[in-house]
Amino acid sequence: MIARVLNRIYLGVLAIFLAAPLIIVAGVSVNEKQSLEFPPHGFSLSWYLEIFTNAEWRNALWASLGLATFSAALAVAVAFPLAWFGWRRFAPWTRIFQLLGVAPFVLPPVITALGLLTFWATTGFYGQAWTAIISHAIFFVTLPLVTLTLGFSSIDRSVVEAASTMGAKDGTVLRTVVMPLIVPYLISGYAFTFVLSLNEYIIAYMTVGFTVETLPIKIFNALRYGYTPTMASATVLFIALAALVFGLIARFGDLPRLLGASAAEEG
Amino acid sequence: MKQEAPQGVADYAPIVFPGLMLLVFFVLPFGTMIAVSFFRRDQGGFYTPDFVFSNYERFLSPFFGNVLGFSILLAVAVAIACVALALPFTFTLSRMPRRPQVLWLVALLSVLSLSEVIIGFAWSTLLSRTAGITNILVSMGLMDAPRALVPSLGAVLTAMIYQAFPYTVLVMYPALVRLDPTLLEAAKTLGASPLQAFFNVVVPALRNTLVATVIMVFVFALGSYLLPQILGRPSHWTLSVLITDQAVYQSNMPFASAMAVLLVLLSLALVGLTSMIGRKENAA
Repeated sequence: MIARVLNRIYLGVLAIFLAAPLIIVAGVSVNEKQSLEFPPHGFSLSWYLEIFTNAEWRNALWASLGLATFSAALAVAVAFPLAWFGWRRFAPWTRIFQLLGVAPFVLPPVITALGLLTFWATTGFYGQAWTAIISHAIFFVTLPLVTLTLGFSSIDRSVVEAASTMGAKDGTVLRTVVMPLIVPYLISGYAFTFVLSLNEYIIAYMTVGFTVETLPIKIFNALRYGYTPTMASATVLFIALAALVFGLIARFGDLPRLLGASAAEEG
Repeated sequence: MKQEAPQGVADYAPIVFPGLMLLVFFVLPFGTMIAVSFFRRDQGGFYTPDFVFSNYERFLSPFFGNVLGFSILLAVAVAIACVALALPFTFTLSRMPRRPQVLWLVALLSVLSLSEVIIGFAWSTLLSRTAGITNILVSMGLMDAPRALVPSLGAVLTAMIYQAFPYTVLVMYPALVRLDPTLLEAAKTLGASPLQAFFNVVVPALRNTLVATVIMVFVFALGSYLLPQILGRPSHWTLSVLITDQAVYQSNMPFASAMAVLLVLLSLALVGLTSMIGRKENAA
């Protein structure tokens, strides 16, 4: 009984710890005047409108959305054939590519960022917007690679076997049997990458920071040169977006399974 | 359809594109960075190809020794705090009914995906004089006047724990979900209280997972590049902050690269250690 109460308190404290900074930011974002105050003075949603009406913030939002949309697509395009090949073929030496796909995510991000900075500077493409798309796609390729590998491993091989004994070729099997089963994992992989790319700062900053302003870069620059409540409203927008995307994955997919809980024990 | 060995070159076709992408845009940049770490820096922020060790020699200064030592200590503190906080939490989480469990997971993922910029901004607001928690303490009569709690080491530590906590939970989550439930039942039948069962059964059963998680979180915390800068004083800067600073503001790419190479070696050694522990656990 005491243990249960203690457990409740412990969970409550952790929930407050996780939510507190976000609650303060949400409070600050509705201040009526341009001031950093909590509890907020007055109530106004004008700082949310500011994201869309102020050209600088709107451009930053568009840059971030564009970067996330394309880099997530590229990441999936790189991860899909790799994950499929790993499932379909037995070729141990190609595991090196899976390893390469996971490496950028495990290593501290500054390393990948600096590597890409020196690379783009050396090749002479430094500062071009598309370099950020490739950079993010490579940095986040781990995410679709993990979800897709998980997805392929969950396919019942006997179903595929049946199709292939009936004479279906690899391409047909992939299109008619494998694809429908793998689509949820593909979408999750895309969504994870999208949200993380949206929030990513250091790689975007080191590759295109001087030519393109993504929203995190914009927030950081604003933070250095003084305070505007738009930073707070943009933050709230981003949190809401992340929660929405993960909420949708949870609603239509199996989140515990995607995060590594095996299906058998799910019941 | 069983896994088949590729029959000919054509069967390798699917991995040509991903393979090339990873080689060109990950391995090559990595190599470029290593090469630059041996280059000589010119006046004015550029560098010329060369093969000098001067960038690495700078590691021998007391200043650099302090930064490295501080980075490691900070990351160790964050890793231990996170694992200590997250272990009982993840255990509880893994035993929750599905609905609240999924809700928690969505919340954790949302916090985990937050940009370091946003986490830094949120905590600097929470700890600020005008909008911070001290205002709440003042209105409750616990404090005389609001004051700023940043910049400080405590602020850096708190924000880094905040950043790494969801990561820690998600690293531990699979092992805890798969933990054999009969272990706990046995403990219960033998008369152990839930707390006794947790410390005498769950913790020992997860020893290797815990060590591996500490290392993973340590590497994660080593990567924090903005929080010490936003919430701390220059004396709280870590290796990652210093790399960013040298690369972007001092435009000393060779030195930044040399430090990055050191950070890679440090991280790789630790990640290697983790996978060795993992292999042992699987074999057992």
